Amino acid sequence: MSKSVREDWSRKIFDRLVAEGVELFGYVPDAGNKAIIEMAEESNATKPILLTSEEEGIAICAGADLVEKKAVVCMQSSGVGNCPNFLGLIDGAKFPLLMVVTMRGDYGEQNPWQYPMGQAVEPILEAMGVRCIRVETDVDLGDALEAAIGGAFKAGQAMALILSQRFLGAKPFGGGVN
Amino acid sequence: MTDITLNRRDLIPALFPKPDEYLFITGLAGPAKDVCAHTGESENVFAMGGAMGSAVTTALGAALSAPDHKFICVTGDGELMMAIGSLATVSSMGPTNLSIICIDNGCHGETGGQWGHTSLHTDLSMMAEGAGIPKVMTISSADQMNEAKTFIESGEGPRFLWARVLNGPPSKVTRNWDLIQRRQIFKSGFRARQS
Repeated sequence: MSKSVREDWSRKIFDRLVAEGVELFGYVPDAGNKAIIEMAEESNATKPILLTSEEEGIAICAGADLVEKKAVVCMQSSGVGNCPNFLGLIDGAKFPLLMVVTMRGDYGEQNPWQYPMGQAVEPILEAMGVRCIRVETDVDLGDALEAAIGGAFKAGQAMALILSQRFLGAKPFGGGVN
Repeated sequence: MTDITLNRRDLIPALFPKPDEYLFITGLAGPAKDVCAHTGESENVFAMGGAMGSAVTTALGAALSAPDHKFICVTGDGELMMAIGSLATVSSMGPTNLSIICIDNGCHGETGGQWGHTSLHTDLSMMAEGAGIPKVMTISSADQMNEAKTFIESGEGPRFLWARVLNGPPSKVTRNWDLIQRRQIFKSGFRARQS
């Protein structure tokens, strides 16, 4: 995917989240969320929060809700494995939640290390009460974004917007399995 | 190691004679009991009963979202060790309205008193300083509590108080375990504070 294409959809996601009133963007860096976080750094309306583990971002979303504000957490799919314990807080107390998950270990993946966690993302999230909305193509994005935001901030659900590797473009990988 | 003479049950009442001035997020087990017993689990308290490790970053999300309110995160040594990276996250964001208090009994009191790392060589004040928390204080005896109270009340955070306590029982309290209701109580209490 070219840089300008990534910036286009990232801008669409970022602007829509800001319009919804999201102020805090917890994140662990990923190529897939790089542009969104750069936008959160540039905007006066938002604060990016670099996390040491993705689970911290789940708790930050809960903390923001306790004081009537909105946060999201952005992570690569491998980070979903760090979240279930804190997702228990979300499901137990019925906090709204919006995760933006950029996939690896998915369509076209060339790094074998990414497959186990990538393939477990949706089963893990669903087991913890998070509803997954998957984006496969450019055409899906607008409706999926509305569904994820509406689910989280209108219906008070735990939602994950999953940007698939088919949508993002698989990263060429220099390795290989011998 | 320092001689520890501080009774944990005395700590929260001594530090917060007027707990209404703060919003409290506590970790599970002993820290939750000590805060809930002192406050009567009032509307300004959200106390965990699970999700071990989540107290510091829940408090961070709240503190960054409501900069005009003062937040106290009360956690334990076991929970903090599980989420030690969160001190770096707090340091980088620098919330001036957040104080973290770690009640360190050197063991896992809730599960039977099994030993914890801080009972050996682990120094949480050094870990907080190393994470870049600008204000750090350690106490281990009752005669340091006035100084600790001043530390919590003075100037801007983020700050970290390492309270090393005797391995005695936390305060006795009957908690409301309905966490959906506790979330709603905290939120409506917060709305009332804003109006």
